[in-house]
Amino acid sequence: MRNLILTTAALALSAGMAMAETVRMGTEGAYPPYNFINDAGEVDGFERELGDELCKRAELTCEWVTNEWDSIIPNLVSSNYDTIIAGMSITDERDEVIDFTQSYTQPDPSAYLSMSADADTKGGVVAAQTGTIQASFIASSGATLVEFATPDETIAAVRNGEADAVLADKAYLKPIADENDDLMLMDQEELIGGGVGMGLRESDGELKAKFDAAIGSMKEDGTLNALLTKWEIGPGF
Amino acid sequence: MFSYCADPDTLSGLSWLSCYLTTGKHMMLYYSLGTVLLLLAITAPAALAFGFMGAMSARTRAPFSWFGKAYIALVRGIPDIAFFLFFVIALDQLFEWMRHKALCPDWDQPIRQGNDFVVCDAAKLPLSNASQWVHEVYGFSLAVLTFAIVFGAFAANVLYGAMRAVPRGQMETAEAYGMSQRQSFWRVLVPQMWVYALPGLSNLWMVLIKATPLLFLLGVEDIVYWSRELGGSKTARFTAYPHADWRMWYFFGLLVFYLLFTKFSEVVLERIMARLTHGQATSGGEAQRKATI
Repeated sequence: MRNLILTTAALALSAGMAMAETVRMGTEGAYPPYNFINDAGEVDGFERELGDELCKRAELTCEWVTNEWDSIIPNLVSSNYDTIIAGMSITDERDEVIDFTQSYTQPDPSAYLSMSADADTKGGVVAAQTGTIQASFIASSGATLVEFATPDETIAAVRNGEADAVLADKAYLKPIADENDDLMLMDQEELIGGGVGMGLRESDGELKAKFDAAIGSMKEDGTLNALLTKWEIGPGF
Repeated sequence: MFSYCADPDTLSGLSWLSCYLTTGKHMMLYYSLGTVLLLLAITAPAALAFGFMGAMSARTRAPFSWFGKAYIALVRGIPDIAFFLFFVIALDQLFEWMRHKALCPDWDQPIRQGNDFVVCDAAKLPLSNASQWVHEVYGFSLAVLTFAIVFGAFAANVLYGAMRAVPRGQMETAEAYGMSQRQSFWRVLVPQMWVYALPGLSNLWMVLIKATPLLFLLGVEDIVYWSRELGGSKTARFTAYPHADWRMWYFFGLLVFYLLFTKFSEVVLERIMARLTHGQATSGGEAQRKATI
């Protein structure tokens, strides 16, 4: 009898815990200003603030998880976390595998960063992070593509002469160009990508609807624009 | 960490370095060092146990010996990395599938929906509302299990060889004294085989130490992950400690760490070897005997 009461109590407890839905937010943590790991060792950046606000509005408890960019989609699909919020542009290829919410940034042109203003971006060697829209753009542009696992390594490749330039989101390259005298943004820009959205499993329609609504409400009351300005990510809505 | 670290821009030299090396992010690096040591501490005995069972099975008669021999042949023949990548995903899905079958009998949707592997909420491992440390412990345990399976196969082969290296005369003597097979195995064979197994096992231990960076591949944030993350160049907008590309120095630190660790292991293993050799009918044992005369 006592066992029975204990079991019922345990069941009731676990049911209560299940009520407060926990959503695990997967991010890369290496792509400032979108997401990075700050000095305290925590996930920080535009998407951290955005994600926390979205979870508050959707009344979800959120936990942050970092994952390598390479395997960020496979690990979402196999349920290691529930969302990707990692500066991921919405593309048709990705949309076949996962679902996206509406975009929370405007399409931001990608820029070239290099050591000289006249670097050859048409026929030279251009670095990009593996599995990004920039990498697939260069693969079809005629330039030679070298890929790296992390964004930081693409910058290092330009510095040590392995690549003539690196193609990445302008918001990522700008602070680097501003603070390093030897690196500069080139005038040439490429308009690729359709804005950044949150990625979710295709079977998670309910969660997607919640985040869609939360992003919509942040667009309406201007809080999203304020965040975009604060972290200097492209134009607002 | 220290009180003078409040404004790092004004610091320089050693005081800057002392603040830099004690940021929360660096603490993660030191913490991951503990992860690696813990992995070794758990994996080594687990792999030895797997190896012992594999070797015991390989020694038995035909149908049972197939298990041991197949295990050794399979794992030894497949590249570690391929095995690691496969096993961690496969084990995770296997566990979830078994729990799903047990816990959610009235689930009517398919488990594989296109690309998604979907099980009911109660079957998820760990539960999606579990806190972060549970997820980390689970990932770590999967890694330990995979390491133990892989290194267990190598250990099995070493132990199998060592069991056969014990002089036949020893076993014959045991039989002559009327010991049963089980008794002679546990009382004569096993105590004597270690001296033959140790060179192979110590080799394996070294390889295991050097294989720990594979954790990084399995998504466990180990010392390689944090070295790369901390070493990458940092811009002043996002950190109080901006610096250029310092990855080389961090990786150099890793090099030194592993070298010291393997050197320390060598010293310890040599002592164990000296102790095990004592009184054995091997060339090492003979040399020890002559030295004491």
